[in-house]
Amino acid sequence: MSTVLLLEQLLNGLQFGVMLFLMAAGLTLIFGVMGLINLAHGSLYMIGAFAAASVAGFTGSFLLALMAALAAAAAAGALIEVTVIRRLYARDHLDQVLATFALILILSEGTRWLFGSFPLYLDVPAWLAGPVRLPGGIDYPRYRLAVIAVGLAVAGGLAWLIAGTRLGIRIRAGEADREMIAALGVDISRLYTLVFALGAALAGLAGALVGAIQSVQVGMGEPVLILAFVVIVIGGIGSIRGAFVGALLVGLTDTAGRVFMPILMQPLVGQQQAATVGSALASVAIYVLMALVLLVRPAGLYGRA
Amino acid sequence: MTRKGLMAAVLTATMAFGGAGAAEEALRVGMITTLSGGGAGLGIDVRDGFLLAVKQAGAPIEVIVEDDQQKPDIAVQLSDKLIQAEEVDVMTGIIFSNIAMAVIPSALAQGKFYLSPNAGPSQLAGAGCHPDYFNVAWQNDNLHEAAGAYANSAGLANSFILAPNYPAGQDALTGFKRFYTGELAGELYTTLGQTDYAAEIAQIRASGADSVFFFLPGGMGISFLKQYSDSGVDMPVIGPAFSFDQGILQAVGAAALGVRNTSQWSPDLDNPTNAAFVGSFEAEYGRLPSLYASQGFDTANLLISAMEKADVADRDAFRAALREADFDSTRGAFRFNTNQHPIQDIYVREVIQDGEIFTNRIVTTALRDHGDAYAAECPME
Repeated sequence: MSTVLLLEQLLNGLQFGVMLFLMAAGLTLIFGVMGLINLAHGSLYMIGAFAAASVAGFTGSFLLALMAALAAAAAAGALIEVTVIRRLYARDHLDQVLATFALILILSEGTRWLFGSFPLYLDVPAWLAGPVRLPGGIDYPRYRLAVIAVGLAVAGGLAWLIAGTRLGIRIRAGEADREMIAALGVDISRLYTLVFALGAALAGLAGALVGAIQSVQVGMGEPVLILAFVVIVIGGIGSIRGAFVGALLVGLTDTAGRVFMPILMQPLVGQQQAATVGSALASVAIYVLMALVLLVRPAGLYGRA
Repeated sequence: MTRKGLMAAVLTATMAFGGAGAAEEALRVGMITTLSGGGAGLGIDVRDGFLLAVKQAGAPIEVIVEDDQQKPDIAVQLSDKLIQAEEVDVMTGIIFSNIAMAVIPSALAQGKFYLSPNAGPSQLAGAGCHPDYFNVAWQNDNLHEAAGAYANSAGLANSFILAPNYPAGQDALTGFKRFYTGELAGELYTTLGQTDYAAEIAQIRASGADSVFFFLPGGMGISFLKQYSDSGVDMPVIGPAFSFDQGILQAVGAAALGVRNTSQWSPDLDNPTNAAFVGSFEAEYGRLPSLYASQGFDTANLLISAMEKADVADRDAFRAALREADFDSTRGAFRFNTNQHPIQDIYVREVIQDGEIFTNRIVTTALRDHGDAYAAECPME
């Protein structure tokens, strides 16, 4: 395998990881601050993609579509928090899982009712279409480079928000001691709605960005949700930094598994079987990674034991 | 997702058959198909095509439609309900082969006729064929075999092939290789449900292939085609019609333009039955039919043709009437092989843009009077 191909696959792994981070950041933020397991996070991702596809269809503008995705997912998130999630904070995780699972069903069938069963059209904008030649002779899709840039910018922005703003101080305080910041006069229910809407907006942004190169359809959020959970378990539940590192690890491991497993299997099982066996092993690579991380650090890489 | 509610579209035709509106006993059809989740578009098209044919014929058929949610365990429960509580005579509707294998053998053992409008697993075509099982669509390998044959005639000699790692995916690559005589630049299995294909596309680019054959049904195909077209890799793509059917072409958009795909049916197939079908489907549902809709339509017409000749209670006569396949198919010539799977022409279509709408038109015929590779293993004659 040539160096160019290896570098290209490294970029692919990075891009996949960055996309996972957008999804996992909101999930881990919500868990960290409110102690809530939100299975409906994948539905917010879907809402972002559908909002982007409809607005892009009407206006033809990709930037407007992205903004619509952010707004729609944040609004849906805030609405869900106020009407449903708020009643779940004091209850145990099983109740939360049940209620947010019900939300998945409601949001999926609601979306089907509004948009129908057939996938929607959303494409990359003309100014980001096609490949660009990178130093070293790699032809890499411009859009994927943009996704990497947006993801890194969001990661930087979140780090600044958490570490350098008043809201960030409150979020960290909320993670550390919920009763105490309520006692200090912070409007905790408003803070929770805000954090939930922020997490939802991130999921919506991920849905819109990914929707342009994938299929915008009902149920698109669930496979990504599972990967996002793997990411936050590896990174340590509640840690944004953990989500970032975990997402990159998962992205790189998954890509490396898909590329190298079939090649590694060839001498073991022969040419004929290598493709199937390699592919089967590649699909479990990230779960092996998760098991190994948990073996060494049971609370995840950046989790508090 | 566990959707409790069932889509029960019960349709009783008003006009009676042949008789003067006498209260003739209606034939009961149990349709288990996929109406929710990612594969819902396929089941909806099969159902709509089937119901359209029943409506047009005014046949005394009562159709009980159930949603399997693309889950074998749900489908088995629904099948028990249809057989025991609803006492249906004929079953149909299943889209996915894994669900077909969970339901059909047991339904046949309980003395029901099964007419498949889509799934055609090899297990039911070879040694496991059954006198009461009729496949009106294709055997699973057929369209992939046609793609292999077309690759040869198009002068492609170094193809890169990929499919998801599950039984139908492995059958697809096996079917392609059964007819393809060129070299393979690479052979790759992806994860079922995978949405990102950057790593695979990089390998395709580096492989020095002259073409790509892929079988990635539903959303997987949409994702692959969009990413492939954006990657700047510029070699011809061929595949079975499943990634280029009417339901998903609008979502793929211009990325699919010009792609060659193999199908037993196309909206522009030139015969009177098909022209009437395409027109009436569009008038009824406000969208162009897909190959799945044509399969549902043909399945219902096969059933109606048998009802005109025999009563379903007379099982031998009804079976013989089904075997004759004496109906006007949207595909033109259609007959059953000894294993009761179709012998039919398979065409190569090209994705075109007609105004705002992306659709297919026939370019050439890939295989004529094509049966399947398993018929010889079937003990029926």
